[in-house]
Amino acid sequence: MTEEIIIAGFGGQGVLSMGKILAYSGVMQNKEVSWMPSYGPEMRGGTANVTVIISDERISSPILNEFDTAIILNQQSMDKFEKSVKKGGLLIYDPNGITRKPSRKDINIYSISATDKAGELGLSKIFNMIVLGGFLKMKPLVNPENIHKGLEKSLPKRHHNLIPENEKAIELGKSLLTPEQVL
Amino acid sequence: MEEAFAKLDIRKPENIVYKRTDLLVDRPLSYCPGCGHGVANRILMETIEEMGIQDKTIGISPVGCSVLAYDFMNIDMLGAAHGRAPALATAIKRLWPDHFVFTYQGDGDLAAIGTAETIHACNRGENITIIFINNAIYGMTGGQMAPTTLEGMRTATCPYGRDVKIMGNPLKITELISQLPGTYFVTRQSVHTPVNARRAKKAIRMAMENQKLNKGVSFVEIVSNCNSGWKMTPNQANKWMEENMFPFYPLGDLKVDGKLVEKK
Amino acid sequence: MGELRLMKGNEAVAEAAIRAGCDGYFGYPITPQSEILEYLMMAKPYETTGMVVLQAESEVASINMLYGGGGTGKMVMTSSSSPGISLMQEGITYMAGAELPALLVNVVRGGPGLGTIQPSQADYFQAVKGGGHGDYKLIVLAPASVQEMCDFVKLGFDLAFKYRNPAMILSDGAIGQMMEKVNLFDPIPRRTNEELISQCPWAATGKKKERDHIIITSLDLDPAGQEKVNLKLQAKYKQMEENEVRFEEIQCDDAEYLFVAFGLSARICQKSIELAREKGIKIGLFRPITLYPFPTKQIAALAKKVKGMLVVEMNAGQMIEDVRLSAGNQIKIEHYGRFGGIIPTPDEVVRALEQKIIGG
Repeated sequence: MTEEIIIAGFGGQGVLSMGKILAYSGVMQNKEVSWMPSYGPEMRGGTANVTVIISDERISSPILNEFDTAIILNQQSMDKFEKSVKKGGLLIYDPNGITRKPSRKDINIYSISATDKAGELGLSKIFNMIVLGGFLKMKPLVNPENIHKGLEKSLPKRHHNLIPENEKAIELGKSLLTPEQVL
Repeated sequence: MEEAFAKLDIRKPENIVYKRTDLLVDRPLSYCPGCGHGVANRILMETIEEMGIQDKTIGISPVGCSVLAYDFMNIDMLGAAHGRAPALATAIKRLWPDHFVFTYQGDGDLAAIGTAETIHACNRGENITIIFINNAIYGMTGGQMAPTTLEGMRTATCPYGRDVKIMGNPLKITELISQLPGTYFVTRQSVHTPVNARRAKKAIRMAMENQKLNKGVSFVEIVSNCNSGWKMTPNQANKWMEENMFPFYPLGDLKVDGKLVEKK
Repeated sequence: MGELRLMKGNEAVAEAAIRAGCDGYFGYPITPQSEILEYLMMAKPYETTGMVVLQAESEVASINMLYGGGGTGKMVMTSSSSPGISLMQEGITYMAGAELPALLVNVVRGGPGLGTIQPSQADYFQAVKGGGHGDYKLIVLAPASVQEMCDFVKLGFDLAFKYRNPAMILSDGAIGQMMEKVNLFDPIPRRTNEELISQCPWAATGKKKERDHIIITSLDLDPAGQEKVNLKLQAKYKQMEENEVRFEEIQCDDAEYLFVAFGLSARICQKSIELAREKGIKIGLFRPITLYPFPTKQIAALAKKVKGMLVVEMNAGQMIEDVRLSAGNQIKIEHYGRFGGIIPTPDEVVRALEQKIIGG
């Protein structure tokens, strides 16, 4: 099994930390992982993306030109990465701020209104965990126990009291995921 | 022959009034006759011998006339790249905190190419001793202008005299250094007379002893001559130094026990 | 044994330094490697292992702090990225000349000049051909994973002390910034001063009665003496070439073609192999791990077995010179490169292979 994922959105949306929690959960589940961010000034308010690969085998390139899954959180990223999803692959997006919906006919498309839901609950900080939940519903690569460990490893100790909240958000995300096009 | 034996007879410990320290290697110095470096090398090595710290001292020589100081000083030494001695000393002292570490640098080394290393080592308060020989000229390379060359003074690269409008001003780096909170002892000495050499040695002793206190940099400037570079006889050079260098670079302590010395 | 963590390449370097028993890190911030100094300052090893960590006033000061520390036999290291490494060249050649051990890490970014903060491999020449003056060599290790960023810190120190020569880890911004699973080796205690003095009799540690004073210098004004110094260095480099060549071969057994690549490019080529083999192209990868000493003999042997080689580098064609010198001109050897911080994608590498080697 090898799952190649791109997570892309604005800096500040928690794109990189979502990827890190997913990757660390993979480590806890004894998988090979890589987490390759875009880095530099573009992170501040501009676009941010991270390639996460989870595999049972040694990972070849941490840099990819196509992905099994694209998790897309803003329009620029939709423009850039919709075309990079492998045929038959998965695209998950948050419709908030999306002006042009995905148009590919050869991939599975799901939406998740994580921004709206997080705003409704006044929990904008766990927005990314809602999105992660949506992804894990489709691709249960790591079990909840190892996600818990991944959260413990990724978050600084002083934030460990927030882990239950994050786990709830992941569960919430699983229920929020809406199919738009299923092959 | 008889005379020679007679000389040997009086070589008894109780008769010795002067002896070259064992911490100077028995070989000819490469310094010009009349130059202050020889005396400065000697009083520094005498101090280390008297303190009994030969096995715990690491010295750093610069690029300049004293580049070969490690050949004369019978202690473990490193030859630094031009200007970088304070960076070497910083690392060595931090890695060997119970050792005594000194740099021995000239004016070009310390106050031109190595200004950043000098200022930052002093500002960090590294627990080291810096010996700074200021003869206002680049002696080794043939007498070019130094950062400390006096206004109007002639050198190979200011043959009509230092014009401060074109070449900038002589740098009083010791005054500058004394203002930094990381320096604990800052003094300016000379070694051109026995009295001055004794005072300079006392200052070096204090500068080395201070390392036991762990209070920051001890900085000893020695205003010196360069009869070759100044194109004078040794006596002329010393006289010229008294008349021209000392008014601009006045001798005495600038900072003692971490406190600036007030000018009279 | 060991400890599993998800870490950035830069963090792995820092953690490995502490675990390897490093005595001192001296460095200056520059993107994309500042996490190394940040990690060390956060970890405060000076309170645990006693390792000194100091933010210097410049890269010039950092490298000269290494000269000082290395000259006293301590395990010292620095890290920087391309422009900072350029500033260090003076100190590096002095250390090579004075035969001092130290570990340098270059997390390469695109150049020339201030360039970009994105990853590049354009410092190959500088690292392996001697960026400073004089006839000298660095031991150059090219990690292709975060695990190797960790492991090569220890290996780099071992080789640096074995040969009394500076060693460099030549990485890049991507490997520095990406996170992978790392199996951290168990901590090794720092050497005591007594151990150091007995293991490094050449080091300036304070003159003992039973030995002559030690002088650490790269200066010998007598040309005959300086020639002797050079001959000694060359003999040492020959030893390295005989004993320390490291490389990796991936799917070379049945290969008709080869990618030759180091570091991140080699990782990309591994994906390109998957893509090319799906198309029925029999291709493998030869990855030099030591860029100096270079695996010349191994490449010469492979050149007798394959039809062509594509050298993939994030530069305008640097390692290809050494590949061609090794392989001779019996087969086609071409270069594919992206520069200025652009990372080639696996599919474009396959296209380059088809155009330049197979079709060409």
